[in-house]
Amino acid sequence: MTKHPTINSGSADLSRRWFLITAGASGLVFGFGSLPAATPAAAAADSAAPVEPSIWYSIAPDGIVTVNVGKADMGQHVASTMAQIVADELGASWSATRVNLVGNDPKYNDPVLGANITGGSWSTMMNFDTMSRAGAAGRIALTEAGAAMLSVPVSDVVVNDSRVSSKTSGKAVSFADIVKSGKATRTFSPDELKAIVLKTADQYTLIGRDLPQLDIPFKVNGTAKYGIDTFLPGMVYGRVVTPPVRYGAKVTAVDDSEAKKVPGFVQAVVVEDPTGTVTGWVVAVAKTYPEAIKASDALKVSYDKGPNADVSSESILAEAKRLQNQAGGEIYFTNGDAAQAISKAAKVLEAEYTTNINIHCPLEPMNAVAEFKDGKLHLYAGNQFLTRSTAIAAAAMGMKPEDVVMHQYWIGGGFGRKLDSDMFIPAAAAAKAVGRPVKVIYSRQHDMLMDFSRPLVYQKISAGLDENGKIVGMNHDLVSAWPTKRWGIPAFLENSADGKKNVLDGFAVHGADFFYTVPNHTVRTVLNELAQSATPSGQLRSVAPGWTFWAIESMIDELAHAAGRDPAEFRLEMLDGAGPNHGAKRLANTLRAAMGLAGYGTKVLPKGEALGVACVSSQERDTAAWTACVAQVAVADDGTVKVKKLTVATDVGTAVNPDGVRAQVMGGAQWGLSLATLEKATMKDGAIQQDNFDSYTPARMADMPEIDIAVIANGEPARGTGEPTVTVVAPAIGNAVFNAVGARVRGLPITAESVKAAMKKST
Amino acid sequence: MPILTINGREYSVEVPTDTPLLWVIREELQMTGTKFGCGAGLCGACTVHLNGDAVRSCQTSVADAIGQKITTIEGLSEHSDHPLQKAWIAEQVPQCGYCQSGQIMQAASLLAANSSPTREQIVDHMNGNLCRCMTYPRIVKAIERAASDLRASNEAVSSGRKA
Repeated sequence: MTKHPTINSGSADLSRRWFLITAGASGLVFGFGSLPAATPAAAAADSAAPVEPSIWYSIAPDGIVTVNVGKADMGQHVASTMAQIVADELGASWSATRVNLVGNDPKYNDPVLGANITGGSWSTMMNFDTMSRAGAAGRIALTEAGAAMLSVPVSDVVVNDSRVSSKTSGKAVSFADIVKSGKATRTFSPDELKAIVLKTADQYTLIGRDLPQLDIPFKVNGTAKYGIDTFLPGMVYGRVVTPPVRYGAKVTAVDDSEAKKVPGFVQAVVVEDPTGTVTGWVVAVAKTYPEAIKASDALKVSYDKGPNADVSSESILAEAKRLQNQAGGEIYFTNGDAAQAISKAAKVLEAEYTTNINIHCPLEPMNAVAEFKDGKLHLYAGNQFLTRSTAIAAAAMGMKPEDVVMHQYWIGGGFGRKLDSDMFIPAAAAAKAVGRPVKVIYSRQHDMLMDFSRPLVYQKISAGLDENGKIVGMNHDLVSAWPTKRWGIPAFLENSADGKKNVLDGFAVHGADFFYTVPNHTVRTVLNELAQSATPSGQLRSVAPGWTFWAIESMIDELAHAAGRDPAEFRLEMLDGAGPNHGAKRLANTLRAAMGLAGYGTKVLPKGEALGVACVSSQERDTAAWTACVAQVAVADDGTVKVKKLTVATDVGTAVNPDGVRAQVMGGAQWGLSLATLEKATMKDGAIQQDNFDSYTPARMADMPEIDIAVIANGEPARGTGEPTVTVVAPAIGNAVFNAVGARVRGLPITAESVKAAMKKST
Repeated sequence: MPILTINGREYSVEVPTDTPLLWVIREELQMTGTKFGCGAGLCGACTVHLNGDAVRSCQTSVADAIGQKITTIEGLSEHSDHPLQKAWIAEQVPQCGYCQSGQIMQAASLLAANSSPTREQIVDHMNGNLCRCMTYPRIVKAIERAASDLRASNEAVSSGRKA
């Protein structure tokens, strides 16, 4: 298992949570050298110091507002989103707004999470208030300074479009003029900051608008910089050689006699990793990357394959079934007495649901540049969890975390893969060994074979219906690797329903505590140690709700059919919002919206075609973006499923950038389709068997269905949109397949073979 | 020493001629708009033009590229104003953006040959380019927009000539 030092996940102290203008500074205005000038114009402007109303942004003498983004931007445009929130309260013009990606300086940690981590569809929800207050504080400071410059009372001025204007005279001063005047000197205490009255939704000028994303112009001309685009003076290249099993191997010997014949070869470095993040890795270092490829291919490495050399997908599943069939695990959720209720039910359904191993494979393969310089380790790569990666890299190199400097980039696809820190270790080990900066680039094979994958999950649900077709009890068991337990951060583990502290990985079971009103409901989650060891799992876009809702929403559908009810109406009835299920009515609303858009109940479809529904409260109960999907499928006689249309409705509370939300939902819907029908990895002899895009096959353009999206935003607080849609699609497709041909498929991915087999069973 | 002609400039590169063009462009010449994705011609992230044809630079050796006219995303237009680049912004296509240089280069070779592609022709031409963010619907819309803009400007040019 991965071992690493505990990470301080931040204090609950408000003075740390709320950034501060006064923090460490003499006041509002101070010169600072840590950020480069935003534009050449800024550098050329006069020598006035920029205004930095908070750590979260600065305003240069030319009026350019540069927002410091502590979130990893992997295409969700979160940098733009943060800037849009700041700029709205600040009154800045969007054309004068820029973003700056910051590294691992803890002052940029997430204000709620207390760490630099990007995931969980948390960013917008958890940073909205802080960014709003940062912007508002700046507006107040500029208002006061601008009013003084205009010789009018503060009550006479308005701020918009980067100008402070007098309502009576019409005269205005620009942000640039105010910064140059040096008169914006207002400071705020934490209490003052907290007391700022923020705009209400009707006062927004930028939030809720389809503003152009700030990161797009340089992504269409090749100038966006990703980690893989880093070059340092004197840099050489490293290519990893990975062992024949995913995890647990040891290098016993390295024969570099052939590699030495490769021009440019520098050295073979055996990676010693006390954190256990990587096992049995070697780095071939050479002057160029093509030389490193040849050298790595020429290395003869011998291994002790370790304890996982016989593990397969089949043995993981068999172990999961064995574990499910016995006591153990932790109770995640319990309400009433499920076992008793089911034993007395008029009708009982029991079913097993499985999901296979899935691979992130972001298109930018894992890579990192490492350089030791002046006693510090500098690491260059796009990463989603700088706080942990800093700690891992430090522990691996025997250094203090404060001596590790991480440089953040635009990320060429994250999907949770870049929460991990494995790539830093071979890069740092090689840089240390050869005394020069080293760029390590994984091949696609390394990237796939050494993924921290979505685990194989086995779920068994039994549920009872009464005489009236109402669910009286449900028992849900899940057995899997626990992706987040591997991180070893106690704060990320949750308490069990029976009161044990920090004992279970919620990221293996979120979503199972659904919003349906079911009187007796128990959820048990069991760690599959065999899977945990052999397929160290990670967080793949949407994490647990990607499998919990597959099982739940399939079973709910099965129950509806068993009760002779319309599956959508059956759901709506249980989404009554009773007691703790308050949010259920918003979920019901999205289901109705999706049904309406899709023409549910009104469409006459040809034989073999049908609609299916699902609805989810992903990601977590407290962070749900209510999302429903209606899938339209056509199933051929041979079991081939054509997904013709996905209609998604999602209630995000507040859409900071509606077009950006639609982009995330569109991508998420296709991710859902891809995981549901196209992506499958398997393990044999301890190794993942798929190593490139011919054997692991994410959706391509030809697989794209028609997608219709409704974004619901009724002024509730903003919720995340990167993941929920991913989770709702698979059950909607599965349920549609059943409606089309009566075949109930309970394993992902849904393939022609599995549909055909289920068709035979149903006839 | 091999000489490569890239974006109208000649570069002499000190590499064996069996080196994949991708690594020369990216790591030797540091034109990083061309991306490494799979190394096997399966994803299209490394797509460049060889005499106007879209090719996978990870599958093209330096030997194959000598004497040919190579165009990368950096050389597609002088001011990032190729109709496809403008359409890509108008449709807000990129998410992570990593595949988009390859997508745009692939699409450019389509529009150079056919300014009125059908939806089916677009999908057929683009299906080898993987987008892990799955921006496909917007890629299609952007290609259609660019094609429409191209036709409009072609018509303007031809009617201008007539006049």
